[in-house]
Amino acid sequence: MASVVRVQIEDFDVGAELAALRLGKPEVGAIASFIGIVRDLNVVAGDAGSQVGSLTLEHYPGMTERSLEAICADASSRWSLIDLLLIHRHGTLRPTDQIVLVAASSAHRGNAFDACSFVMDYLKTQAPFWKKETTDRGERWVEARDSDDVAAARWKTEA
Amino acid sequence: MRVTVLYFAGLREALGVSRESCELPPEVATPQQVRAWLRERGGAWATALAEGRNVRAAVDQVMASVDAPLRDGAELAFFPPVTGG
Repeated sequence: MASVVRVQIEDFDVGAELAALRLGKPEVGAIASFIGIVRDLNVVAGDAGSQVGSLTLEHYPGMTERSLEAICADASSRWSLIDLLLIHRHGTLRPTDQIVLVAASSAHRGNAFDACSFVMDYLKTQAPFWKKETTDRGERWVEARDSDDVAAARWKTEA
Repeated sequence: MRVTVLYFAGLREALGVSRESCELPPEVATPQQVRAWLRERGGAWATALAEGRNVRAAVDQVMASVDAPLRDGAELAFFPPVTGG
């Protein structure tokens, strides 16, 4: 089982990344993936929604890589995976841009689906990234959502 | 003990500092105690690090509880709840 973490400014090619996960690996029976994308509208409490012009992701170099690697190691210990890939971008992005890719390969779909879901839930609460939006009403830091804590907490009892 | 303290995102902006080296008094030995000690600077420090504010801490690049012990030379970071993904 190999896990690869990349934290980068550059975009990524989902097709090429998924193709690489199964290249020369006949034991791969399933690949599940998740792609996070910048939306053009962010609705927050008490607000009908602001048009997002750009999104800037700040991170904590060093801790970011360590935390993502720890999350991947945790996923690998919970599910039988062949490979696990996690790419997270930082810097300034625009609506429709890709932010994050998680892809897991395994013999059967269940492990791959669950591992992707787990990695995203943990990443949302544990990885040191912060989003700042530039909207038609100015700049603002995106607030953390309680629903992300709830999503991460479910794995404490399920696995 | 001397520690490096880092600040990120909205907290960094509110404080106007991203990184500093601090010589801590002997009685200051956990993230929570450092936070209270920094509040004594007043102004933005008292506001941004006020007790009701949701501020997270990491010690040596790992998420830490407020009462985690600090060691000399540690890297302590304060930041708002994370919003990646």
